[in-house]
Amino acid sequence: MAFTLKINGTPHEVDVDGDTPLLWVLRDVLGMTGTKFGCGQALCGACTVHVDGHAVRSCQTPVDSVGDGAVTTIEAIGRTPMGAALQKAWLELEVVQCGYCQSGQIMSATALLKDTPKPTDNEIDAAMSGNVCRCGTYQRIRAAIKHAAGV
Amino acid sequence: MSELILKDQGAGQTAVSRRAFLQGTGLLLGFALTGASTESVFAAPASQVVENEVTGTFAPNGFIRINPSAAVTLVIPMIEMGQGVYTSLSMLLAEELEVKLDQIQVQHAPPNHALYVNSIIGIQNTGGSASVRAFWTPLRQAGAIGRNLLIAAAAKRWNVDPATCCAKDGVVFDASGSKHLSYGELAKSAAKLPVPPTANVKLKDPKDFTLIGTRAKRVDSATKVDGRALYGIDTRLPGLKVAAVAISPVLGGKARSLDEKAALAVKGVRQVVNIDEAVAVVADHMGAAKKGLEAAAITWDDGPNGKVSNADIVKQLEEESKNPGAVARNVGDVGKALAEAAQRVDAIYQVPFLAHAAMEPMNCTVHLQKDRCHIWVGTQAPTITQSQVAELTGLPKDAIKIYNHLIGGGFGRRLEADGTILAVKIAKQVDGPLKVIWSREEDIQHDMYRPYYLDRLSAGLDAAGKPVAWTHRIAGSSVMARYYPPYFKDGLDPDAIEAAAEPPYALSNILVDYVQVEPPGVRTSWWRGVGPTHNVFVVESFMDELAHAARQDPFAYRKGLLGHSPRALAVLSLAAEKAGWGSPLPERHGRGISVQFAYGSYTSQVAEVEVAADGSVKVKRIVCAIDCGMYVNPDTIEAQVQGGTLFGLTAALHGSITFKDGRVEQGNFDTYLPMRIDEVPVVETHLIKNAEAPGGVGEAPTAIVSAAVTNAIFAATGKRVRRLPIDTELLKQA
Repeated sequence: MAFTLKINGTPHEVDVDGDTPLLWVLRDVLGMTGTKFGCGQALCGACTVHVDGHAVRSCQTPVDSVGDGAVTTIEAIGRTPMGAALQKAWLELEVVQCGYCQSGQIMSATALLKDTPKPTDNEIDAAMSGNVCRCGTYQRIRAAIKHAAGV
Repeated sequence: MSELILKDQGAGQTAVSRRAFLQGTGLLLGFALTGASTESVFAAPASQVVENEVTGTFAPNGFIRINPSAAVTLVIPMIEMGQGVYTSLSMLLAEELEVKLDQIQVQHAPPNHALYVNSIIGIQNTGGSASVRAFWTPLRQAGAIGRNLLIAAAAKRWNVDPATCCAKDGVVFDASGSKHLSYGELAKSAAKLPVPPTANVKLKDPKDFTLIGTRAKRVDSATKVDGRALYGIDTRLPGLKVAAVAISPVLGGKARSLDEKAALAVKGVRQVVNIDEAVAVVADHMGAAKKGLEAAAITWDDGPNGKVSNADIVKQLEEESKNPGAVARNVGDVGKALAEAAQRVDAIYQVPFLAHAAMEPMNCTVHLQKDRCHIWVGTQAPTITQSQVAELTGLPKDAIKIYNHLIGGGFGRRLEADGTILAVKIAKQVDGPLKVIWSREEDIQHDMYRPYYLDRLSAGLDAAGKPVAWTHRIAGSSVMARYYPPYFKDGLDPDAIEAAAEPPYALSNILVDYVQVEPPGVRTSWWRGVGPTHNVFVVESFMDELAHAARQDPFAYRKGLLGHSPRALAVLSLAAEKAGWGSPLPERHGRGISVQFAYGSYTSQVAEVEVAADGSVKVKRIVCAIDCGMYVNPDTIEAQVQGGTLFGLTAALHGSITFKDGRVEQGNFDTYLPMRIDEVPVVETHLIKNAEAPGGVGEAPTAIVSAAVTNAIFAATGKRVRRLPIDTELLKQA
């Protein structure tokens, strides 16, 4: 089936089965590899993107459920002030190690700050506990979110 | 394209020995005047160095290239998987070359034993916390030689004594500072000068370092926060197909039946490949491949391992560990000392199989053609991978090109080439380039696991509580026997006994032996921290038991046995001091301490825990003191202490792979639990500064943390944890 997806402000036509996860449309069909595959079961958050500003796990988001929702990925999140502020904080606090989960971490953090501009530690934990990092960068992720939020 | 090759007298001898090379006599160094792409390697895999570029007769060699625009390219011999090696190794070169870190572009090295071997582990592997240790001297020498040649080229042009010139930030200045030439302007003439013998090149006095020892920014961060960084799984090629794979759930099993027609009926599916041990569905995209694989409804013949169970594996370890093993260390007369001791303590410890569960699932892209095989993968072991592919395909090694990539978490998993071998076997039946991606379940269920170990210990204490006898028998799979057979001698695996045969303490009568027990139907391999991750847990827990039996404070008890080792004593005391050792804590809270010497570094940790009435454990704080000698980047060390600690702590709290009917019982992150942000304690790092030789850092905190935590649990509850992961049922309040 043909779908027109609005991704990072640009329409993209794809011809795939409607139950194809958005993740693989982004990565394999459209070649946008910044969004990562980690678990395929919405257990790790590596594939997090935004649909109409809300964080979703693209590995469990069938492409036919996206409709005309605006999809934002890590490749474009820096165009938003919040995304740019978080990326800057990530660099200033040297959060990354292997970096593989960080696209998803930043997408989840951006969604958090959109709804909760001044999060507490508990709010950060609640919003970010769906994103796994095996390198163990959590301490710096928490600090970077606070740094970007100015708390 | 004009290129010049610059080598020293030894460089022509490609058979130059590894040791000679690392001592510098065969050091290879090249300046390329290629005007090559200046794009970052992370965003431009096409700019990677491949083997013939660095070994061919027309091409530059070694670690450094400088083009006419003064862009400095450093070929990094070890692979970046989060440990910060691209930054720390770049800092070593940049310090002596006199360039700024941001003037440098980093490239992944191709497989090349002669050029890029890691001297500590004897192979071009990234592991063993050995990168800085191995390249501390050769990379600084390479930088210094480069700087000297560039200065000499400038001095010649100005007709002045090179000793009057100096270099800074990639520019050579004359004595007055009025004349200057950039490295780019000098590269061509520098390449024509004779290379001075390495022994004649003076390295900076560490007190003059301006970059080494600073919190320089990581060179790989920028591309990792906006999705540009490229891992093996991100490989894209014209005509690329992707494959989802199902591997026999039991090791040694075979596909019995599959519905190829149903798989091919899925839109986007192109081909079904059955190689018996696995079935792959090839498609235009992974969504179709996975759907096709499900539609194939594969059934399996389990083969000989269909009955393998954890219970049997443990039983086998219990039985075989009753017999003496290969002796790793035997000092004094343990039997006599034990018989005469005032008090005897015995214990059995067990640690489980562990999966690596790196965030980037196993994957490999292969383009196999008649006369060549090109591979895009993130590997910690490029030369091993190349050799194994050559063996499988029958192609010569130089026809196997390995394009290495950033790794989305290695932890030892990518020291194995099994993922590449499987992909090549599948690719043999596919035209064009193919990317094989494992699902998370395949990744966890077909890992090569940290071995299950069972340890038997006995100690004798004298009337004052001092240990006068110590015996430690380790039983488990030998990774070394399979991976590096020459290092497995007379039944002894030097990794399996590391940090057990030589604990840091003064023990006058000690016997440590090893019994190799290979579990059927289970593949074992390296896991972050390797031998010490298991042994330090056991040794440091048992030492805590002895302190308790001696009715002494665990910190004071250890201190009393470390008088001969000032560095061990210093980290132990620093961790205790910073953690507020001895200050009062609420009920069911406790502190535990541990200390180790491994990977060339001294480390000590104090963990503070709270054990709830239901037995659940909350680790509240970890204080880590580390002495890794002269260090390169303290920020990276802190990051490794934080991350390495959590990696070990995750295993202590949650990690266990178990087998039933030959199958792994865990599958995804809901059954093989990672630590999440809401469970994470504060980790504090206290770094000791001294002039000792550099030590490794990446694995030290992983190895040491479990004992600190279980010793803290003992302090909080009086319950001794002798088996990992921690069983909260046993910690319930009575």
